Amino acid sequence: MTDAPLLKVRDISKFYGARIGCRNVSFDLWPGEVLAIVGESGSGKTTLLNCLATRLMPTSGTIQYRMRDGQMRDLARMGEAERRFLMRTDWGFVHQNPADGLRMTVSAGANVGERLMAVGDRHYGNIRETAGDWLRRVEIGLDRIDDQPRAFSGGMRQRLQIARNLVTAPRLVFMDEPTGGLDVSVQARLLDLVRGLVHDLGLSAIVVTHDLAVARLLSHRMMVMKDGHVIEQGLTDRVLDDPREAYTQLLVSSILQV
Amino acid sequence: MATPLVVSEVAKSFTMHLRDGIRLPVVENVNFSVKAGECVVLGGPSGIGKSSLLKMVYGNYGVDLGQILVEHEGQFVDLASADPRTVLAVRRVTLGYVSQFLRVVPRVAAVDVVAEPLVEGGAIPAVARERAEAMLARLNLPRELWQLPPATFSGGEQQRVNIARGFITDHRILLLDEPTASLDAKNREVVVGMIEEKKRAGVALLGIFHDDDVRTKVAGTIVDVSAFSPRRAAA
Amino acid sequence: MNAVPSELATYNFAYLDEQTKRMIRRTILKAIAIPGYQVPFASREMPMPYGWGTGGVQVTAAILGPEDVLKVIDQGADDTTNAVSIRAFFQKVANVAVTTKTREATIIQTRHRIPEEKLTAGQTLVYQVPIPEPLRFLEPRETETRKMHALEEYGLMHVKLYEDIARNGHIATTYSYPVKVEGRYVMSPSPTPKFDNPKMHMSEALQLFGAGREKRIYALPPFTDVVSLDFEDHPFEVQKFERPCALCGAENVYLDEVVLDDRGGRMFVCSDTDHCEDRRDHGHCGTMLAYGKAAAE
Repeated sequence: MTDAPLLKVRDISKFYGARIGCRNVSFDLWPGEVLAIVGESGSGKTTLLNCLATRLMPTSGTIQYRMRDGQMRDLARMGEAERRFLMRTDWGFVHQNPADGLRMTVSAGANVGERLMAVGDRHYGNIRETAGDWLRRVEIGLDRIDDQPRAFSGGMRQRLQIARNLVTAPRLVFMDEPTGGLDVSVQARLLDLVRGLVHDLGLSAIVVTHDLAVARLLSHRMMVMKDGHVIEQGLTDRVLDDPREAYTQLLVSSILQV
Repeated sequence: MATPLVVSEVAKSFTMHLRDGIRLPVVENVNFSVKAGECVVLGGPSGIGKSSLLKMVYGNYGVDLGQILVEHEGQFVDLASADPRTVLAVRRVTLGYVSQFLRVVPRVAAVDVVAEPLVEGGAIPAVARERAEAMLARLNLPRELWQLPPATFSGGEQQRVNIARGFITDHRILLLDEPTASLDAKNREVVVGMIEEKKRAGVALLGIFHDDDVRTKVAGTIVDVSAFSPRRAAA
Repeated sequence: MNAVPSELATYNFAYLDEQTKRMIRRTILKAIAIPGYQVPFASREMPMPYGWGTGGVQVTAAILGPEDVLKVIDQGADDTTNAVSIRAFFQKVANVAVTTKTREATIIQTRHRIPEEKLTAGQTLVYQVPIPEPLRFLEPRETETRKMHALEEYGLMHVKLYEDIARNGHIATTYSYPVKVEGRYVMSPSPTPKFDNPKMHMSEALQLFGAGREKRIYALPPFTDVVSLDFEDHPFEVQKFERPCALCGAENVYLDEVVLDDRGGRMFVCSDTDHCEDRRDHGHCGTMLAYGKAAAE
């Protein structure tokens, strides 16, 4: 870990008219750190994630990001071209529904290769080789490289979405309920894969989930949200094993034990 | 001798919001320290808060008052007030923990579970695996289990994986939460031997042992946790 | 070939009212100023259905003057329904001279081809364009494609070519083959065969593209750099034909397949009818024509 944060978030608020999306959220995210944002639906966690990923404009507050050259940049002051470039090179965004993050009508190989071509890669053979390599890493058979994700199962689609995001070696990945619509065994496989990739690549990640088991397995640190506010945050195992707030205790005690 | 772990004036209570916010005091005014090369054992009847105390020292439980000072890379860090990132760094480099139960990671082979702390500390995976295999062999875990994920192992087998994972590192402080609970006599002896080696290597150990035999063998100092119990004080 | 001067032409020259022509000319000027950029315009209802070249007709109507000589081709041919109708239309509404000779024309309206004969300075080629947006295949949202053009995010275009190679082993796109204009805008050359793409590059003639239904006009001013997109290991190539034109014997021209009977007989002839006729007038002779002559004798 280096000693400068990757992301500095200060007093982010988002209002939808008079309704609160999220309010006064501040934190630092460090390189290699995985932060989980947990809470029930409607608690503002996805709003917060979208604000952080510049998919939503926050009503107030600042988000600073450390670029590859070490400069801290205010995301709101960045031009759109630069922001979009950042989003498809240095960042990833994994949607809950893979159809939102994939091109369903182009092949798996092209889905993975798109980001490479977007940054100017013009050698078909190399692009295909890299795409194949990534399919292998997310455990999709090389014989499926020319198939469209329409023909893939939910778990495969989600793994393909992850490969598509990671191919440009991003430093920060946002994930919105990455295991959302998947059944349990598929979830476990995906979690294990994400955990391994995050670890091997030294990624920073912000993961929104309502599933505390996902948070425990993936994250170093977590924030608990309720009604748009962060009510408790800290080391993941401390928040889960020694929750302070009434709402967190309720969440933790609601986990089904297997 | 250096004293890498100092627990000072620590107090802890649980507030149970789901039960009308009642407050359950656990410990208060906890004071003790562990020297390098020493094994301090937490004693006292069950339910008195030994395990909770160990978890506080590991940073797993928060504390209400006091300091938990750990010597980390030449400086004392207060785990009671450190930010999550510092706690994780301390755990990675300085503070090891062998829990009673293995928190199973799906789909990861036993040998990789054991090697993981070394790899995280920057070791070459192949070297880490070799050392992991040596640890598992020493703890008499059948070789055919090494490549399997420990989820389906018996209690004793899981515990040995857990011990191997905890002892493989060069952490200066090691916390042991009943590491021998589900082991047979032969493997208990192996663990006692490993604790002795750690002591000789100057590691500060803090543990809970229910087994009197093991306790007498490894314990230097016994800290009676019931002395910190507010319930006892009130009685 | 000219028809009787019609009253329509004196009432309102070239069908469109002057305000509309002015609006379209402004659009064309802007399009010329930003080569390859699709400029929106207020496309009018024309007395023909969308898909029959309403965009090209509006552009032609806006730039046509009484002294112009007009040629209209459809798939290279001067004598197909679409070409004949549009030519008749302008004869009627503008009284202009028309021709089938590429060399004589000042304005050539085309669907799907660029004439084989090299165009020269002073000539204008007007394309009828059905889908002006080259990114449409992969990105259905207009807001998004406009943003992609604005920010030069053209990775998607190569995704299309990648898919082609993945499926066919080579870039199988044979028409509407995307080009990059002056190193900036990616542009669809309308559904011309990629065979014609190199003719766009550094052309002496002005090239205008009109899409009536999609309400877009774009342009390539003379001497514009036009590069067909490709991969380093799959470079752009034009179609090659195994044999020359059966009628005029021309090589390195674009050929149409003509089915002769129901027993598999076929021949390949120039798609550019004017070019073919011109060559035959100059004594060139293909296999089929020779066979016909021999049979006649």
